[in-house]
Amino acid sequence: MKLTDLTAVELGRKIKKGEATAVEAVEAVLAEIKEKEESLHAYITIEAEKAVEKAKAVQKRIEKGELLHPLAGVPMAVKDNLCTEGIRTTCGSRMLEGFVPGYSAEAVRRLEAAGAVMLGKTNMDEFAMGSTTETSAFGATKNPRNTEYVPGGSSGGSCAAVAAKECFFALGSDTGGSIRQPSAYCGVTGFKPTYGTVSRYGLIAYGSSLEQIGPIGKDVRDCSVILETISGYDEKDSTSIKREDTDFSTVLTKDAKGLRIGIPRNYFSEGLDDEVGEAVLDGARFLKEQGAVLEEFDLGLTEYAIPAYYVIASAEASSNLGRFDGVKYGYRAMEYEGLHNMYKKSRSQGFGKEVKRRILLGSFVLSAGYYEAYYLKALKTKALIKREFDRAFERYDMILSPVAPATAPRLGESLKEPLKMYLSDVYTVSVNLAGLPGLSLPWGQDKKGLPIGVQLIGNAFGEKKLLQAAYALEQGLSICTKSSAEMGLR
Amino acid sequence: MHKKQCGNGVEMKQYEIVIGLEVHVELATKTKIFCSCSTQFGGEPNTHTCPVCTGMPGTLPALNKKVVEYAVAVGLATNCEITRYSRFDRKNYFYPDNSQNYQISQLYLPICKNGGIEIETAEGKKTVGIHEIHMEEDAGKLVHDEKRNCSYVDYNRSGVPLIEIVSEPDMGSADEVIAYLEKLRLIICYLGASDCKLQEGSMRADINLSVREAGVKKLGTRTEMKNLNSFRAIRRAIEGEKERQIALLEEGKKVIQETRRWDDGKGISYPMRSKEDARDYRYFPEPDLAPLVIEEEWLENIRERQPELRDEKMERYAREYDLPEYDISILTSAKKLADIFEAATALCQKPKKVSNWLMVETMRLLREREMDAEELSFSPGHLAGLIELVDGKTISGTVAKEVFEKIFDEDIEPKTYIEEKGLKTVKDESAIKEAVRRVIEENPQPVADYKGGKTKAMGFLTGQAMKAMKGKADPSAINKILLELLS
Repeated sequence: MKLTDLTAVELGRKIKKGEATAVEAVEAVLAEIKEKEESLHAYITIEAEKAVEKAKAVQKRIEKGELLHPLAGVPMAVKDNLCTEGIRTTCGSRMLEGFVPGYSAEAVRRLEAAGAVMLGKTNMDEFAMGSTTETSAFGATKNPRNTEYVPGGSSGGSCAAVAAKECFFALGSDTGGSIRQPSAYCGVTGFKPTYGTVSRYGLIAYGSSLEQIGPIGKDVRDCSVILETISGYDEKDSTSIKREDTDFSTVLTKDAKGLRIGIPRNYFSEGLDDEVGEAVLDGARFLKEQGAVLEEFDLGLTEYAIPAYYVIASAEASSNLGRFDGVKYGYRAMEYEGLHNMYKKSRSQGFGKEVKRRILLGSFVLSAGYYEAYYLKALKTKALIKREFDRAFERYDMILSPVAPATAPRLGESLKEPLKMYLSDVYTVSVNLAGLPGLSLPWGQDKKGLPIGVQLIGNAFGEKKLLQAAYALEQGLSICTKSSAEMGLR
Repeated sequence: MHKKQCGNGVEMKQYEIVIGLEVHVELATKTKIFCSCSTQFGGEPNTHTCPVCTGMPGTLPALNKKVVEYAVAVGLATNCEITRYSRFDRKNYFYPDNSQNYQISQLYLPICKNGGIEIETAEGKKTVGIHEIHMEEDAGKLVHDEKRNCSYVDYNRSGVPLIEIVSEPDMGSADEVIAYLEKLRLIICYLGASDCKLQEGSMRADINLSVREAGVKKLGTRTEMKNLNSFRAIRRAIEGEKERQIALLEEGKKVIQETRRWDDGKGISYPMRSKEDARDYRYFPEPDLAPLVIEEEWLENIRERQPELRDEKMERYAREYDLPEYDISILTSAKKLADIFEAATALCQKPKKVSNWLMVETMRLLREREMDAEELSFSPGHLAGLIELVDGKTISGTVAKEVFEKIFDEDIEPKTYIEEKGLKTVKDESAIKEAVRRVIEENPQPVADYKGGKTKAMGFLTGQAMKAMKGKADPSAINKILLELLS
């Protein structure tokens, strides 16, 4: 068994026992990178030397008994919209091609303080806008399961890197499904926590009121340990919440007994690929066998989630991306005449097509005369969608659903039809609108051999129950006919 | 009321003006509104900055609680309702001094609403309504380099907390505007929420003005005037804009709704931008800041800590110190002055004497030194000590003035100082007699004048003797000896 076959927690344990070192782990991962990266392009920036140096320092501290954290010495990858001190942070955009922050995102800082070793920055859709990692200015990432397919997005680089063992775990961000959907496409586990659980400080904002940073890992235990490390109140983020219940890894038992799980009937209707629907219901059946109580129900207003999401996210993006103007940092056009021409040229040349499309859309919905008709209406819809979920959680501990309507599309297929691409977010965006925790777990694959994901949606602050159910479901992976074990993940 | 005369003297229409004010006040917090950078004025460009106030990617604002406290305190002092569930909004516009290309402000749910303050002018008393007070961040500053034909940005001011106090259109003259601003300035200074200096920009007023025919209810089209750095400029700008608008109406033209910039040097205003090309700020709720909930307990706490404001202070002074109204108005015209007055009076129990020193000598020195009363830094105890020394006839009034100047400038301890400098009044009569004798010898003409019946010469001779004594004599003692020797 190779070192890179281990999960993050298993590796951490081995390092602590002295059976492996942090440096060996980094070198093992670098070997995987050397072998696969050329065909995958999961990373934008790889800091091999820095990672080895860091691993050496961490290893010393582990040996001295100073670092006891389960992730101490474990190599990780970080999505390139999370600021990393001294390491360029591009957001997948030409606009920030040479941007090197002087500070690290709080989530990255917490993981590094725990002894995790960062290898590099992963590819993503430009400014996290996209569902395929094809809008990156640095070229598309390919799905490790089949390089003719996309890895999903926007955290496609992070998910591909985990799936290809180019790191032991990664951080992603999820504004409308950007952790869960690529996790499903790549066959890894991804978790978007309750809004406010992880500090957004240092996350280059796209849709501020919707997004959370979350873990992408090889299994549920890894995700719970990573989440435990990065969650918690941060005075630098006013929207972060003081929570006492962040000891997430304590709930991992096989038990699903008595868990009440709602299955939204309308999610399994038109538009859902048969194979995907079949696999997801198969996962549900497994949980039932484990003692969970399943019930179908109608989740209301689901058809309004996509329009509400794209209005709110684009509106916030149009303002958040205002700061990229060529004045202080980032791309500035070579030639321009006067201030306004500099703004215009720098932004026209620095941003890609999808980003410009959303800035225009967002500016439009916030304009005088349209604000009430679009933005305010979207905010009201958001509140109503939250109420629909509240109603469901009066009866259920969680909701089980697909992550995406189909498995990964082929490279180049999606960008031709942006509207169709937007519609593929149908099962994930309402979770962000309602600020809920959502988890994506691999469950089988389709005929093409592409992974399928099951989504578990919890009530606000319901992470523990979600992890408990996910852990129980994961136990079924080995008996699941087309398990991810067979696909060579473990 | 403004009467417009036609060339032949026939009275035409009567106009009245309607003015509303938008006043920006820089709050006196030590740190900025959304980060912990210093708000201190000056400093090398971009030294009071951090990733947050320079709008670096990924950074987030964290609200300074003191800003809310000050805003609430000003709201309470101006009889506003405090919004218990308030929010911040983003105002989007591109300009290099605006580090994020949006300003965090409050549009939809400002912190204070529906207040008002009473003002007094020669016309009498009236209440000026306050529509709202909201919190926002200041922008940075552009520095243009003409030689190199380029511009630099200094973000030291970026994120300095401001409140904007929006009045109702309740003012009808420059006098009322000045009275309103003076009153507002004093309230805010008393609260310690700002130093409110127009010249330095810690208080800035934009004037919304329209004219209408007397008796007409409907408001005329207004203009907004910016760049007013002194009360004088404000007065002149109001007069100028009133004339301009009336002239337009008299010519049958229309006033255009626009923002104008006052040039105080030339005494005229220029249009900056009209309503048509007004920016669309695309306001929306700031998603990075949680709604601001003002808890009852906190509000009570701020209410309890409200200091005595000027109106209350004036009433109390009249009651407790039995001072003339004129004294009271001067003593309370600056919080620092009132503080010194109260502390010094508590020590020497001589309110009128303390008041005189503050009203006459202190005011004179402030003028000479071009200082603001809030900058006074001497110890009240030193003033009280000086008064005791004069009353105990240890020093003369002339010496006292000299010593006071030292107190004013260097805050010296008067007793030690006069001992070190040997300024005590000379009690030795022979020394005085000697000095007087010399003055008589050296000034035969005035002596002759006096003897010839010109009693005025006596004053001159006393002065000369006082001078010879270097002020260290009791003038009445000199006078007595002079009379003796001349008789």
